Amino acid sequence: MKILVCISHVPDTTSKINFTEGDTKFDTNGVQFVINPNDEFGLTRAMWFKEKQGASVDVVNVGGAETEPTLRKALAIGADGAIRVNAAATDGFFVAKQLAEVVKNGGYDLVIAGRESIDYNGGMVPGMLAELTNANFVNNCISLEIDGTNATAMREIDGGKETSSTSLPLVIAGQKGLVEESDLRIPNMRGIMMARKKPLNVVEPVDASAETTAVKFEKPAPKGAVKLVDADNIDELVNLLHNEAKVI
Amino acid sequence: MSVLVYTESEQGKFKKAAFEVASYAKEVANQLGTTVTAVAINADNTAELGNYGVDKVLHVSADSLKDFNAKAYASTLHQAVEKENAKVVIISSSADSKTIAPILAVNLKAGYASNVVAAPTSTSPFTVKRTAFTNKAFNMTEINSDVKIVGVSNNAFGLVENSGDAAAEDFSPNLDDSLFGVKVDSVDKVTGKVTIADAEVVVSAGRGLKGPENWGMIEELADVLGAATACSKPVSDLGWRPHGEHVGQTGKPVASNLYIAIGISGAIQHLAGINASKVKVVINTDPEAPFFKAADYGVVGDAFEVVPQLIEKLKEFKANNA
Repeated sequence: MKILVCISHVPDTTSKINFTEGDTKFDTNGVQFVINPNDEFGLTRAMWFKEKQGASVDVVNVGGAETEPTLRKALAIGADGAIRVNAAATDGFFVAKQLAEVVKNGGYDLVIAGRESIDYNGGMVPGMLAELTNANFVNNCISLEIDGTNATAMREIDGGKETSSTSLPLVIAGQKGLVEESDLRIPNMRGIMMARKKPLNVVEPVDASAETTAVKFEKPAPKGAVKLVDADNIDELVNLLHNEAKVI
Repeated sequence: MSVLVYTESEQGKFKKAAFEVASYAKEVANQLGTTVTAVAINADNTAELGNYGVDKVLHVSADSLKDFNAKAYASTLHQAVEKENAKVVIISSSADSKTIAPILAVNLKAGYASNVVAAPTSTSPFTVKRTAFTNKAFNMTEINSDVKIVGVSNNAFGLVENSGDAAAEDFSPNLDDSLFGVKVDSVDKVTGKVTIADAEVVVSAGRGLKGPENWGMIEELADVLGAATACSKPVSDLGWRPHGEHVGQTGKPVASNLYIAIGISGAIQHLAGINASKVKVVINTDPEAPFFKAADYGVVGDAFEVVPQLIEKLKEFKANNA
């Protein structure tokens, strides 16, 4: 089985979010970049398939050279090879079209992406990729078993879970639950050394247009100070919620 | 040319989000000077959509669509868009709608903006405000394609009553077998419980509760408020509560009217996930907990003393305001 794991290069979850150039660009100054958490669950699941069932695992990212350390980290965790599509990730549709080309050229059976990236939160690349490559698609995936070309997947739905049967080729959008948080791997020294020798192929993008443009960013309005209510005066809290906030 | 809206239902009944996206579609239609057509799949009372400004309903009744199927649902909407020659499609942020939208976008070669929180600020270029960086920022996005898909965040635009005919018309999409590559085997769903996505009030608790055995009072508080229960990341990692309840950056986003955080310190990742909630209340023993900086109302106190009192007072309040 050939597995491709899509890796987004995103600001660490504790990052302060600021913008530059007249609020048109994300300010990367002082920001630590990591593997998108949703993708990390998928990568760990892919390693499990590799070790238990025999599979090759490649990772891919659409982005500039600055994303390579994130791909190297994925190699250090255990992926066999990495591909970087050398283009700025302008919008979800553009990225999906680039990834579709990688999938077609590489003949992957299973593509594991994350439910959404924690930067733009578009949540659209996996579904688009599935449709562009004519693969089956399971979104918000929290469990995946593969047996030959058959797959059983569970996805989170509003208020519960849904189990379905499907087959390869398959694209899933993974999230927490696909593996446990405690099973996530931190690259060890041996992995890091080996990652240096693993292939990281840079490919040029195919001609594709973006359908949306992020024109400007803004930060939420600063919040007023918290109104403290005495722990012995919960009546007042109920009163405030009813008369002032009007939420009960 | 009408605006097309997918109004999602469950066991025949429209979800609240269906009325919200219908309200949003009406606003867009007003801006464009056109009408609203809804697509309803196996829904019973399509006339209800008229209350939110829907002019026409394409009513689909199909056994093959009884279970959710992303590609078949997307194909249904695709065919409806072509029939109506729609240029704008409005969809909700439910788990199902977010699964359909990207597939539909490919089918229609349409730009798709998700997590949109307000009416378009301009229709030419078509510009919407969406959340980004998990609620730490907003992003104005232009959709440049001929057909545009807008995914509206839950509880962001709200319900707006309007009158429309909601004239129902039977619609039978042509669904090829090849669409059904994913087959639902079972659905495991707690019935009668408010989901985090639909909830107007969310009661959330963290490690301050000390152990899973103490969740009784959280459930009771949620009950009194008709709220959904949620939890912080450590709590779901420890297995005290199911993953489905984890809210925050890597968990579920919350956009409720009222969010009550009990024994949650307020890590930046947690705050990001719940930031879209309108009113936030924090109950924590530690006055230095970061959550107090993000909250509208706060109580410095022990959850084990404050929560039972709050339950009591809310019950009184409900009895007096019934």
